[in-house]
Amino acid sequence: MNLADHLPALQVIVPLMTAPLVILLRNGFLAWLGALLASLASFGLAILLTVAVLGAGVPEYAMGGWQPPFGISLNVDGLSALMLLLVTGASTLGLAGGRLSLRRDIDNRRAPMFYGAWLIALAGLCGIAVAGDAFNVFVFMEISSLATYILIAAGRDRRALSAVFKYLIIGTIGATFYLIGVGFIYMMTGTLNFADMALRLADVIETRPIIIAAGFITIGLALKAAVFPLHIWLPRAYTYAPNAVTVFIAACSTKVAIYVLLRFNYGVFHGNLLAHSDLFTVFIIPLALSGILLASAIAIYQGNIKKMLAFSSVAQIGYIALAAGLATHAGLMAAQLHMFNHALAKGTLFLCVLAFVLTTGSASFSNLAGIGRRMPWTMAAFVIAGLSLVGVPGTAGFVSKWYLIVAVMGMPGWGVPLVMAIILSSLLAVVYLWRFVELAYYGQPPDGDVSRMEVPLPLRTLIWSAALANIYFGLVPQLPLALAESGTTTLLGGLLP
Amino acid sequence: MKLLGLFNYWVFAVLLMIGLYALISKQNLVKKIMALAIFQSAVFLFFITMSRVDEGTAPIIQAGVANQIFSNPLPQVLILTAIVVGISTTALGLAIVVRLHEEYGTVEDNEILAMDRES
Repeated sequence: MNLADHLPALQVIVPLMTAPLVILLRNGFLAWLGALLASLASFGLAILLTVAVLGAGVPEYAMGGWQPPFGISLNVDGLSALMLLLVTGASTLGLAGGRLSLRRDIDNRRAPMFYGAWLIALAGLCGIAVAGDAFNVFVFMEISSLATYILIAAGRDRRALSAVFKYLIIGTIGATFYLIGVGFIYMMTGTLNFADMALRLADVIETRPIIIAAGFITIGLALKAAVFPLHIWLPRAYTYAPNAVTVFIAACSTKVAIYVLLRFNYGVFHGNLLAHSDLFTVFIIPLALSGILLASAIAIYQGNIKKMLAFSSVAQIGYIALAAGLATHAGLMAAQLHMFNHALAKGTLFLCVLAFVLTTGSASFSNLAGIGRRMPWTMAAFVIAGLSLVGVPGTAGFVSKWYLIVAVMGMPGWGVPLVMAIILSSLLAVVYLWRFVELAYYGQPPDGDVSRMEVPLPLRTLIWSAALANIYFGLVPQLPLALAESGTTTLLGGLLP
Repeated sequence: MKLLGLFNYWVFAVLLMIGLYALISKQNLVKKIMALAIFQSAVFLFFITMSRVDEGTAPIIQAGVANQIFSNPLPQVLILTAIVVGISTTALGLAIVVRLHEEYGTVEDNEILAMDRES
């Protein structure tokens, strides 16, 4: 075995092992630099894995040489590679863009600890994406969640503490539900390995424990993924977290839960439960639809830009859940594409918010009036990412909305009302984004000062590269398309047309 | 006999519901953490119960004993890990409660929420 064969393991080990080293650096700047380098290295590994997946594929990695299903196996397919790109990309974006903002939010003495927790969260999220068995997914999920709670509570805003407490309670309930479901499956099949589980479930098909397990796992993960109405932890956690942390978690943490949901419901249950597609569709689509419409409507009434974008995230999770619930090839394609494109748009938007707060000190609307004239570069990037969020042609968001509408139209009888809901929700997105854009360009700054005050050039460059990525993947969507195609094929295993 | 045979599973379900009920109904944050611990313990019990084999002993191979029957060690190992996760969650939760008490001077959820609304 040469080093290239160990890529799936390295993806987890690099951030996990760098975390204690970073904690030992007793200096905020060095710790940040260490964390950034580790995050960049993970991003590099994710790119290498993506290239390998699109080429010859990545062979199953047997941890310590113990062969699956007995040993721990790591699997990387198109969907995992997509998640790895998202997670490591969002972490790098948050760390690279967050230096100034984090220096203000985090006490210098505690900074090494904070960056250590960041890397542990990154390792956990990467671990979920590569793990090939249900219990390792649970452990990595808890590793990443515990570290994320620390990141959210690390800022100076005391409201973050009560927000994170709620997140901790709900996140733990979700993870425990997932564990109960895994227990039931283990009881019936005697295996934890995803591939082995899918094979062995065929013998105990349609038994009650398996149906109960599917219910526990789906609801547990829906709690973690903040599918409406299980989203109550999300808006406050996103709003009061340090801005750089919001860039990181808003782009990827809920998507990772959706990833596990897809793995279980399609990789494991779909071929084995006769009524699975009906049960799953009937459960998830009404929730997704109410999320799409209500969360978008609630977003219109927010007076804080971070809270508005957080409610928008709940609505976007609704789109992903809707597409995933269709249980068709086109639907799964749309779900994966939207995960990618939404992470891209939301990461950019929160990065712009970080820049706004860096110069003005607050994320409330009243404070940000006229910001478009004071920070024209950042605001322009915000508008581009906003257009991608709405789904305007030429941006990444359009590609996934297009796939979503095509997938929905394929549903007999449901097509037209669902398309109407999607279009209505996109219009609502236009409304809530326009409220901010209007305020930013035509509003009067609170102190009447309209002088220019941009963030430093490196941060502005980063914001603009993120914004341009939104346009790039709107015009050249081959990469996410190829990954989603490969992911869909593994998920469905040739079961559906 | 069947009811008694499933005794542990009943305890699992009852503990799970006690934990979940207390999580939802209690306002005191320390009590919420306790409820969370009960909730998780129920799942530990569930896994340990399923690993039991009739007449089985601890999974240690003894010299000179043929056809030894022992309980399935895998769920026990899983739960060892899950207990560690549970303890970390409890510790972190209590640490957050301490910080909340420092900032707000109370550990009652509704009072904290009211103070948040004012600010």
